[in-house]
Amino acid sequence: MGNPFVLAAGEVGGDFFKERDVGDLCQAQTQHVFCFDWARENIDRFEAPTVQHLEIVIPALVIGFVVAFALALLAHRTRWLQPPLLAATGILYTIPSIAFFFLLLPLTGLGRDTAIIVLSAYTLQIIYRNTILGLNNVPAAVKDAARGMGLTPRQILWKVELPLAIPEIIAGLRVAVVSTIAIATLAVLISAGGLGTEMYGSNLTFPTSIIIAGAIVMLMALAFDAILLLVQRLTTPWRRAARA
Amino acid sequence: MIGHLPLASFTGAIEFIFSPQESNVTGGKKVGGFDKSMELLIKHLEVTVLALAIALVIALPLGLYLGHRGKGEQLAVGLGNAGRAIPELAVIALVAVLIGVGLPNVAPVLAILGIPPILNNAYVGVSQVDRAAVDAARGIGMSETAIIRKVELPIAIPTVMGGIRSAAIAILATATIAPLAGVESLGDFILNRNVYGENGLLAGAILVALLALAIEGSLALLQRRLTSDGLKVKTA
Repeated sequence: MGNPFVLAAGEVGGDFFKERDVGDLCQAQTQHVFCFDWARENIDRFEAPTVQHLEIVIPALVIGFVVAFALALLAHRTRWLQPPLLAATGILYTIPSIAFFFLLLPLTGLGRDTAIIVLSAYTLQIIYRNTILGLNNVPAAVKDAARGMGLTPRQILWKVELPLAIPEIIAGLRVAVVSTIAIATLAVLISAGGLGTEMYGSNLTFPTSIIIAGAIVMLMALAFDAILLLVQRLTTPWRRAARA
Repeated sequence: MIGHLPLASFTGAIEFIFSPQESNVTGGKKVGGFDKSMELLIKHLEVTVLALAIALVIALPLGLYLGHRGKGEQLAVGLGNAGRAIPELAVIALVAVLIGVGLPNVAPVLAILGIPPILNNAYVGVSQVDRAAVDAARGIGMSETAIIRKVELPIAIPTVMGGIRSAAIAILATATIAPLAGVESLGDFILNRNVYGENGLLAGAILVALLALAIEGSLALLQRRLTSDGLKVKTA
């Protein structure tokens, strides 16, 4: 075997985690959890999977938001659509993504498209439900006042109801964004790439690479969450004024 | 390696669920079938129920207590948000390589995925209970634990159950990749491609999806049964 450092992973991981040869870098550390030497030398290898991860997550979120938002506006005008749409998006939300990935294989095949479809379907319920909730929470008095000032229904929707619903809409988006970024790691199972490739699969995976990839996923989620929070603050200045 | 499966694969997958099938990877042997499907389905349920029970025992009393005292909002809500960012694949892979394989190792780790939604919703549900109702209960001499059990929990049931439903689905979904850490579940059909073939792959996905919908449906029914009639009238 030359001089390989064979990880303990091979002994406990069953068939899925084969013995991996990570070279001489960690030889001094037996039973290591995190190998800093390897991390320093190999940090570059995480760049491409991170970009791939974003290439799955961002289109999925944009599609999910556009569709869910349109459905919510439709259901806002046509009230009787609300329960059936909630049930339909609920089913898409409940089916575990990993099962959904494989159910779509006969239709869309392996790869990124399937991952994007599944993840956008997953986000529909969260964004739809919160948008409807936000629109329903707008006080009737405010809508009456807008009508009294001569605003048309369309103006009331875009200038009064939607701005007041922003906190709920953004709350839904934050949940959708954070969970989608985490779930996108499973895309590796349908060969769609992403940070899951550094956790499991044909590439080298061992504790250090799993921890680094997991940390990138969580940091990405945190960053997107912070951006959305900022968007909320910028788009609802009256809330800050009220607090001050 | 699986490529683009034909649409007809669904028929094969459904046959696979009910009677053992032969395929190009099985070497003349028949795999799958109703008994095997039920065996794995029950194992999948066992892992899920065990992990959910652990999560409930830890998170429910803590969430109810924090909500009752109106303290620890950052812990309950912050943990709820952070919990969603945990990549389940990394969690399962790390358990397998660092802690070890098998149910005793995997169940507590799956429970970690269920704790944030239960804790968060129990806290939010109880803290939103009308303080006048709580004061009235205290006024007629109820103890603090009786207030939580008989006043706050019943009123907060829809929110509390919402958290439990999210937790159950998150755990059930992640139990699909539990075979990576040596715990049998329906995920075996999906992940052991060289044993069960393409039929097994789709059959596993179908069974996991149906199981999730069945669990979600049952918990929704349970929630309706547990919600007091007085609260239903108000929301209707």
